[in-house]
Amino acid sequence: MSRKISMKQAINEALDLEMRRDPTVIVMGEDIVGGTGAHGEDDAWGGVLGVTKGLYAKHGNRLMDTPLSESAYIGAAIGAAACGLRPVAELMFLDFMGVCFDQIFNQAAKFRYMFGGKAETPVVIRGMIGAGFRAAAQHSQMLTPLFTHIPGLKVVCPSNAYDAKGLLIQSIRDNDPVIFCEHKNLYGLECEVPAESYAIPFGEANVLRDGDDVTIVSYGLTVHRAMEAATALAKDGTEAEVIDLRTLSPIDWDTIIESVERTGRLVVVDEAHPRCNLATDIAAFVGQNAFGALKAGVQMVTAPHTPVPFAPTLEDLYIPSADSIAVAARRTLAPGGQSPRIAA
Amino acid sequence: MLNERIKPIVMPKWGLSMSEGKVTGWLKRPGSAISIGDELLEVETDKITNVVEAGETGVLRRVLGEPGTVYPVKALIAVLAEPDVPDDDIDAFISAYAAPASEDDGEAEAGPQYHTAETPAGTLRYAKRGEGGPAVLLVHGFGGDLDNWLFTIDALAENATVYALDLPGHGQSTKQVADPSLTGLSQAVLGFLDTVGVERAHLVGHSMGGAVSMRTALDAPGRVASLSLIASAGLGEQIDHGYIQGFVGATSRRDLKPVLETLFADRGLVSRKLVDDLLKYKRLDGVDDALRALSASLFADGRQTGVLAGQIAAQIADAGLPTLVVWGEEDRVIPAAHASALADTAQVAVIPGAGHMVQMEAAGKVNALLKEHIGKAS
Repeated sequence: MSRKISMKQAINEALDLEMRRDPTVIVMGEDIVGGTGAHGEDDAWGGVLGVTKGLYAKHGNRLMDTPLSESAYIGAAIGAAACGLRPVAELMFLDFMGVCFDQIFNQAAKFRYMFGGKAETPVVIRGMIGAGFRAAAQHSQMLTPLFTHIPGLKVVCPSNAYDAKGLLIQSIRDNDPVIFCEHKNLYGLECEVPAESYAIPFGEANVLRDGDDVTIVSYGLTVHRAMEAATALAKDGTEAEVIDLRTLSPIDWDTIIESVERTGRLVVVDEAHPRCNLATDIAAFVGQNAFGALKAGVQMVTAPHTPVPFAPTLEDLYIPSADSIAVAARRTLAPGGQSPRIAA
Repeated sequence: MLNERIKPIVMPKWGLSMSEGKVTGWLKRPGSAISIGDELLEVETDKITNVVEAGETGVLRRVLGEPGTVYPVKALIAVLAEPDVPDDDIDAFISAYAAPASEDDGEAEAGPQYHTAETPAGTLRYAKRGEGGPAVLLVHGFGGDLDNWLFTIDALAENATVYALDLPGHGQSTKQVADPSLTGLSQAVLGFLDTVGVERAHLVGHSMGGAVSMRTALDAPGRVASLSLIASAGLGEQIDHGYIQGFVGATSRRDLKPVLETLFADRGLVSRKLVDDLLKYKRLDGVDDALRALSASLFADGRQTGVLAGQIAAQIADAGLPTLVVWGEEDRVIPAAHASALADTAQVAVIPGAGHMVQMEAAGKVNALLKEHIGKAS
């Protein structure tokens, strides 16, 4: 049976269902149960925003509160994965990746390769990503391009509750390390989600809207901004196709290329900083592989090359808006299809 | 005071989840004389595009639904009236036309869209429409679900109590298929009828559901008032095995879409939403196993294993089981030639311009045939 639940509930449900299905699944992280050494009930916290709330009551000691040492517990999760468990480690804010990055990119991501396929590392590292939460520059970044740069890591970034549940279940069942990026401003967003378990395969983009005039590719929060832009464009008679990548590694090149071959116009929207991000990656790939189909220069709509501002008005301007996406789409449709570079 | 000689044409409600539809184009011009069954316009929903047929006669006096515009269910989109009705009366009718009740009110009236029944085969989801009259049970095909009866269920419910279920392994029913044979599915159907308290029903089966319905009529003849077999399995060995394998194997939109296009004469009917809904179903834990078990049992080596044509023909002849066979002439999954297996004993209708999903693609014609058949058999 399907019912409406939020993305936060969907993530909780995915963890619960996989812990029920597979006894090797464990969950660890800071304050994901009651908070280490804190007073009060065992299940007081359930993570900083309550995503794991209630799981301790169902699965007990398979959930572990860890010390405030990301390098220690992310390393422990990776080691446990290499030894046969399926840990899901919550990194709270993925901005904290810096202090445990060696464990992730130099160890977990390379075990399969360096041990000749004899070692597998079925670990999921999940946490919050993205701006708009008034959490300042160290807790608001869209660091996805750092993760997609590393061969051996799979990178997932859902835009809605249905995808979050199916992709997290797939992440847990996957035998490689997965970085699972949860946009904190999407936690409350509800949609229809089946109560049963289901897995969404990696590398399968979702086409949210069909259109023949321009292709808009995005992921995470800005998918919703792209849909708003598409609605605005439709009022002027421009039909945009909106593609939600869902997984960034692997990435569904075929769906992007097929769409651009039909529309001839591409806008890539990425909340990450503008240099060497998903937008530049996709623009370059399309330029190399579908140049003949392009009727206009590829447009990139990204956050600026600055830290995320703490001032709310500036933070709101920082994230790509529906307006800026619609403007970029109109540029691809303008006579000549060329345009001055968008100020970053 | 509204003139009874003025007849509104409203945005139809196709299926349980439809709340609005887009007028894609008119097939009749203002001023045309309209007879019952004439194709008036095309409407696109998020699931499928279909033709709206006239339910009454008259002259198409006003066309209000603009092509490309979305209207809520029950919104006034055209007006029919005889030529002698004054224009002023029609304008007054349009301006006085009551705004449609909101979707929430409609649901509160109609009760919940879906129910579940705890049966010996597990939890089965079903829909129930209509009150009184004979009981009718709609049985979908391989990989389908009760929404395959989107255009059927409400039409039949005008004079029957209509049930549509999700078979085990399908839709939102249990994904456990204890016995993946026609007998096993037939037992599940009988268990469902027991649970909802229906002793005897008119069975309407599509594709694999037709074969299940035949098996039920053979195993429990007292429970089956009549058979309606739509593009039915079980009447010959031939089946497009590529379709079955493609459907079972597809895990992506790009793989599944061309497979689903096999189902329709008009490939354009396969909407993004249709593909998405089926992918969401196929991703559920247990579905892949269920579909593989069923296809191995029913369509082994690319042929249908359960051909019941001979037995059912004998049953029709001996016991007078009223049977209707309907096929889309352009069926690419099970050939329409299989209809001839029952040509001597049953009423057979082969509908041009429709494919395997003939009950969706030619809904008006199929509904008329079903209503007449069930009416006569009751």
